Amino acid sequence: MFVPVLLASSAVGVITAILALLISVTDKIVNNYGEVTIDINQGKRQLKVKGGSPLLFSLAEVGIYVPSACGGRGSCGACKVKVTSDVGPHLPTELPYMSKEETAANVRLSCQIKLKKDIKIQIPEALFNIKRYKGKVERIRNVTHDIKEVYIRLEEPNEIDFLAGQYVQLMVPPYDKIKEPTERAYSMSSRPSDRNHVELLIRLVPGGIVTTYVHTRMKEGEPVTITGPFGEFHVRETGATMICVAGGSGMAPFKSIFYDMLEKGKTDREIWYFFGARTKRDLFYLEELKQIEAQWPSFHFIAALSEPQPEDDWKGETGLITQVLEKYLTTQIDRTKPMEGYLCGSPGMLDACIAVMKKFQVPPDKIYFDKFA
Amino acid sequence: MSPQISPLSLFFASILTSNILLANFLGMCSFISISKDFNSSNGLGLAVTVVLTITGVVNWAVLHYILYPLGLYYLRFIVFIIVIAAVVQILEMVIDRLSPALYMTLGIFLPLITVNCAIMGAVLFIEIRNYSFFQSAVFSLGSGLGWWLAIASLAAIRKKVDKAPVPAGLKGPGITLITIGFMAMAFIGFSGMLKVQ
Repeated sequence: MFVPVLLASSAVGVITAILALLISVTDKIVNNYGEVTIDINQGKRQLKVKGGSPLLFSLAEVGIYVPSACGGRGSCGACKVKVTSDVGPHLPTELPYMSKEETAANVRLSCQIKLKKDIKIQIPEALFNIKRYKGKVERIRNVTHDIKEVYIRLEEPNEIDFLAGQYVQLMVPPYDKIKEPTERAYSMSSRPSDRNHVELLIRLVPGGIVTTYVHTRMKEGEPVTITGPFGEFHVRETGATMICVAGGSGMAPFKSIFYDMLEKGKTDREIWYFFGARTKRDLFYLEELKQIEAQWPSFHFIAALSEPQPEDDWKGETGLITQVLEKYLTTQIDRTKPMEGYLCGSPGMLDACIAVMKKFQVPPDKIYFDKFA
Repeated sequence: MSPQISPLSLFFASILTSNILLANFLGMCSFISISKDFNSSNGLGLAVTVVLTITGVVNWAVLHYILYPLGLYYLRFIVFIIVIAAVVQILEMVIDRLSPALYMTLGIFLPLITVNCAIMGAVLFIEIRNYSFFQSAVFSLGSGLGWWLAIASLAAIRKKVDKAPVPAGLKGPGITLITIGFMAMAFIGFSGMLKVQ
């Protein structure tokens, strides 16, 4: 009885083992690209790395962190790098993220380019300033039922320089079925003057690897790794009226921006800050924003609930944030002055707000946001 | 006992009169979707031919030297599929290295060769018809070439059809299936001429 079962399973096992061995031997022979040289910015830096892995990871290994919100899965389109040597045509996985100009200039997604031979690339000098920080979680606080405020003390290196509005990537260790460390991008809500700390607002996304970890496992005192700062989302030094729209944890960069402007005494600028939430329990930092409003005459905070509950007893604006934005642009905001748009929220909200802003003649190149996906 | 068929006639039969695609209708998915482009069709045809030849021979050896002697005949489906998957995996790595351009055009269809019915089908024909080693080699090579011939011809025909005034409702897969039907009739018309079993 047992013999045939044993024989059958061992036969299949042996055949599979032989084939697996064959595959790994071929892999070793075929995928051995030896050492390749990465030439950055026309000879400014020359790096020798082991070939065969994606450019993004090879650069990270030597301490150059190209921004990547998705951690190299090819789903955010952030890790763009200009390649000046030939690495073959654009892959189908890259094309959705490329404009015509970028395709023509051979801008590539560095997570999709496998290093097979020497390569020449151009990256902004600012990327050399991006560092990997080791720190400890100093405090975790619930600001709403699904958003946590995570305050991290930096240890190695212990100071960070960034512009209010920029983001970092938070890395969480493997847990449960997640076998590899995972990185996701979060805007910093701390002010740049608090150089030894980074504060993040993290909303629980159902099924999200990092958010689930932060909400269910992360403890105070635990070591964490972050990389940054990244992003083009920061206040432009013009006198234009700032029209800011956020939803959920999109509050983070604005908290940083407003406190930074207050600290630097730049309170002559006019700011309209629209914050959209579903119900009253999704609203947070109301006290803090009220205080800012009190110190800053031209700062206007408008919260809007899309589904106010009877028990909320809500007297403020209701409706989708885009409807509220449209209403204020029509009736309250002086549209003869130049305007700039600052957005942070879900991709759907971003697109909808951009459409509204364009309708009210906010120049598309003056609408700023960082798209995480 | 292996059937008494000369390898040469088996070779031509598997390419033409018993074409794996147009007489047995195996491996249709990639046949229809890749034949949009002639160069990719050519590449996929080559890949299928290589995989089919290797897996045909390897699976014959596995069947006759491992499964029959150990009485594990009933495991053939699992073992065949494992062998096919492994060969495709290896081929994928080799193509990526030797011809990145071809690797790119084949895209998802390269790993999908694993589940290409033409390959499993040919291997099962080898088993059912009890071919000898040499017959198996010739048959699988021929079947691969037949598949290649069929997809290359279809790609060429589709190029012509693209410029023809096809009724709107038939554009795309519709007219392609009709084209394949005509091609199949042409191939099956000669089906009695050469023996395969």
